[in-house]
Formats: sequence, C-alpha cells, structure tokens
Amino acid sequence: MKFWLSCAVMTLVVFGLAMSGINEYLFFAGFVILQFIILATAWNILGGYAGYVNFGVPAFVAVGAYTAVVLFKAIQAPLIVQIIGGGILAGALGLGVGLLTLKLRGIFFSIATVAVVFILETVVMNWRYVGGATGLQLTRPSDVWIFDSYTRMLFFVMGLLAIGAIAIARYIQDSYLGQGLRAVRDSEEAAECSGVPTLKIKLIACTVSGALMGIAGAPMPMYLSYIEPTSTFNLSYSISALGMPIIGGTSHWLGPLIGAILLGTIQQVVTVTISSELNVLVVGVLLVLFVVLAPEGVLGLVKKWKQSSK
Amino acid sequence: MFSFELLFEAALFGILLGCFYAAVSLGLSVAFGLLDVPYVAHPALLIVGAYFTYMLSGMGIDPLLAGLLLTPVFFLVGVLLYRFYYETFEKRGTDTGVRGLGFFFGIAFIIEVLLILGFGVDQRSVRASYIGSSLEIGEYRFPYRMLIAFGVALLLTLVLTLYFSKTFNGRAIKAVGQDEAALRLMGANPVKIKQLAFGIATAVNALAGAMLIIVGPVEPAMDRIYIGRTFCVVVLAGLGSMSGTLVAGLILGVVESVVLMTLGASWAPAVAFGLLLLMLGVRPQGLFGR
Repeated sequence: MKFWLSCAVMTLVVFGLAMSGINEYLFFAGFVILQFIILATAWNILGGYAGYVNFGVPAFVAVGAYTAVVLFKAIQAPLIVQIIGGGILAGALGLGVGLLTLKLRGIFFSIATVAVVFILETVVMNWRYVGGATGLQLTRPSDVWIFDSYTRMLFFVMGLLAIGAIAIARYIQDSYLGQGLRAVRDSEEAAECSGVPTLKIKLIACTVSGALMGIAGAPMPMYLSYIEPTSTFNLSYSISALGMPIIGGTSHWLGPLIGAILLGTIQQVVTVTISSELNVLVVGVLLVLFVVLAPEGVLGLVKKWKQSSK
Repeated sequence: MFSFELLFEAALFGILLGCFYAAVSLGLSVAFGLLDVPYVAHPALLIVGAYFTYMLSGMGIDPLLAGLLLTPVFFLVGVLLYRFYYETFEKRGTDTGVRGLGFFFGIAFIIEVLLILGFGVDQRSVRASYIGSSLEIGEYRFPYRMLIAFGVALLLTLVLTLYFSKTFNGRAIKAVGQDEAALRLMGANPVKIKQLAFGIATAVNALAGAMLIIVGPVEPAMDRIYIGRTFCVVVLAGLGSMSGTLVAGLILGVVESVVLMTLGASWAPAVAFGLLLLMLGVRPQGLFGR
C-alpha cells in the first residue's frame, strides 16, 4: 500500500515538474537519469537477483531505439506504439540470447551479450534504411499533448516508464520468480535439485530485463531527433547499467534506484562541468571501489550503520 | 570481381594475421581457460602494452625490444592483480561471479579512459625500418610488419606450449586448473602457482601489444573489438588448450580476412563476435575441448 501510494505521489511529482516553468535543460538531463533508472532496474532483474551479468545493455537499448525509428519512418507510428514495439523486440532478443547461452556458465552469457552488441552494430552500420553509419535525422511530431514542449512530454513519459519498471522489479523480487532467481544465484545446482525450473526462470528474467531496456531505448530517437549507431551501441551504457545497481546494492529493488539517481546526477554534473570521458571514469572507479570495499552497495552500508547505531 | 587468386591472397594474409591473434589470445587462454578467472580486462592491458611500446619507441627504442623490456613490468602487474583478486574475491568465497566480472569490467573501462586522457582519441603508430616495406615473392607481396608479427607470434606460441607441457611450473599451472585440491595435497601452493600463471598471462600482453602497434595503428577503444577476438579464439580452441589456440587463431584470421575481401571492411568487426556466438550455441566446449 505504502509502495503504491509513493508511486502515485511520484507520478504527480513528475507531472508537476513537466508542467512547471523550470529551465528546459533540466528536463534534458532528467530524461537521461530516468533512462538510467530503468536500465539499472532492468539489469538488476537478471544480474542482481540471479547473478547473470549482462554486458550487452546497448544492444537492447539500440533494438528499442531502432525499432522506434523504423516504426516512425514506415508508418509514422505514435510514441506509445514505438515504445511497445521496442519493448517486444528487445524482449525477443533477450529470449534469444538466453536460449543460446543461459544453459552455459555465467561468463559465457556475459561474453555473448558483448558479441550481440557488435554484431547488431555492424548490421545497423550496413543498413541504409535507418541511415547506416552516418545516422538519420528525425523530425519530431508537433503533437505535445498538454505539455509546453516535446522534451517535457518525453520527460513525463520516461517518468511513468521508470515507475512502471520499478513496480515490475519489486513484484518480481517478492514473487516465486524472485525467490527462484535468488536460489539460482546462491547455488544453481542446489536450486535445480530442489525442483526450481532454473532455465525457465532465467529465461523469463532475461526476457523481462531485455524488454525493459528496449523500452528505455525506444524514446531516445525522438528525444535526440537523431539516431546514429556509434553512440547508440556505446558500451558505456553497460558500465553504467551494471555499475549503478552494484553501487546501490543488488539484493533489493531500491538499490538500482539509489545507484542510478546518485551516479546519474554525478554524471550529468561531470559531463557539463568537465567532460563526458570523465563520467565513464567516475562510474568505473566507483564500481571497482564498491565491489572491493562495500560489496553490498549503499544499501549494505546503510544496514551496517543502522546495526552499529543500535 | 571474384577470383581464386584474390581468395588465396586473402587466405595467406589471414594465416599471418591468425598467428598474431593466437599470440594475443594466449594470455587469456591461461587466465580464463585454465584458471577460470573472468579476465575481461585482458584486452585493455593489451592496448596498454601497445601504448607503452609507443612511448618507448618515441625515445628511439625499437618497438620489438620495447615489448621485451616491458614484459617483466607486465609480469609484476599480473602477479599483483591476481593477488588482489584472490584476496578480495576468491578467498572470501561466495558470489564471486557478479563482483569479479564487475571488477574486471570496471578496470577495463578505467584503463580505456586513462588512455584517452593521456594520449587522446587519435590513432597512434610507431616507426621502424621494417614497417612500411614488403617482401615480394613472385606476384605476392608480404608486408614485413606482418611477417615480423607472424614470426614472433609463432615463436611465442611454441615457447609457451613447450613451457606448459615440459617444465615443472608449467605442468603445475595446468594441474591447478584441473584439480586445485589435489595440487595442494601434493605439497604445492595453488595460490602461488596461479600467481605465476597470471603473471605469464599478463606478460604476454607486453609483447603482443608491441606486435599490435607494429601491425597497425592503435586507438584507446580498440580493446572492445579485442574482447571479441581473444574470447573467440579461446572459446574456439576449447578452454585451456594451448595448441588449439594456434589453430583457432588461424581460423579466425582466415575467416576475417576472407570476409574483409568479399564483403568489405564494414562487416569485419562482426566476424569474431559472430564466430564466438556460433561456437557458444553449437559447441561451447570448443574444437579441442574435453
């Protein structure tokens, strides 16, 4: 109940922000942070709960984005259709990669996801319809619903999607699926012996996780009014989407949220004040520090602090 | 357009290239194939080897000699890196999977950004008397830089294969990959043996990095494509198979070179990753795996 109430409050807050008169740039930055909340939450469903590391986040983001582009270019599909289409195809990609490699050890799944990034990037580079290597300029539709600008509308949509993603992650965590995934993480053999259908639940998690990443990527072309393969398939997405949950804490749905807000904000500040190369460095250094010194992430630190202050 | 002459030439070039790929992948074959450490930072250290060679060559040192001079330094780095990995992850036991992978992935990105900050995103290359000219046999031309890399790579592969099959330490490294507990019962310290193996695996990167910059210009983000190439060779060979590494490298080299010739350069990056996915789907134990 408390959770749903805070979801409703958050929806109102996002709506209020989008309707308010504050500086347009904040929505531009806010969109990116909201996108990372979805990506980190999605990554955590497979990586945090089940312990299977997805290095190929940009592949799923790009499938979402390019599906949106194709739908927009071919039939002028509205944003909602683009998002649904991107989610379905990215989910299918998750299922496909899962079927191919989730039977193997975790590291093979990780390497396979990197492979998918490069293969898809090469295909898109050679695909003229979506602009190939040079990219494609897109004209945003003039329909902005009740908002002042398209960016504001996208910010609101992204906010709704982020709340939805968190609700899904929370539901999975408490359900039979989440229990099974945790059992897989702790000991796959023991889980299999106790009758957990390990492959099936891993496949479900991989599909849901991929679909959410595709959904996070689908509004991107409209947000930038432009799409181009090199930045869309950039592996920096992977380091952020994996760093944020690990820094926040992977055992609970709150972890990726905390990590994404924390790191996303730092990244935006660093990008504006110093350089975009440095924000990858920030994530990398924090990731290594947390993995070594605070393996349970921020959530673990808070728990420890609470216990010691009692 | 299509001719067997050209195909033959592509295959020849692929063999030269393939030997180089095998040498580059040898370190990973030891660290990941034998010791089961998810060493995804390995290709990033390869690029570091290339950039350090570039720096030394700027001081007038021959790139190959520079690579040799760097090997002890890289050996030490490998030893320390494994020691650190062991103390923080392996010793503590549970859940090394996600955190170990995150650790090495983070290191790879840190290295890449530091290289960008230090050297910029531009391509860098080295000069030497043998770079730029070619050996002509009949109608075929072999660039000396490829021949040098081919020779060094072949030598390196042979020396390491011999080391792992003939010497005491080499056999111990193979043994630790098979059964750590048994090795401990025989009175050897598995951590020390693994440290040595990791040192060797990383030291190979110094020489391989030197060859990388001899073969062609390098840039900081190149480690990403080499994640594909090295893991492709290691998986194709079958985890931990030394002689398989050479064959797998040759297969990748020839396929890549033929694709480059027939479909064009824009398809080349997908070859290694495509082959890797194919292997994982069809025969994950590799060509020479047990």
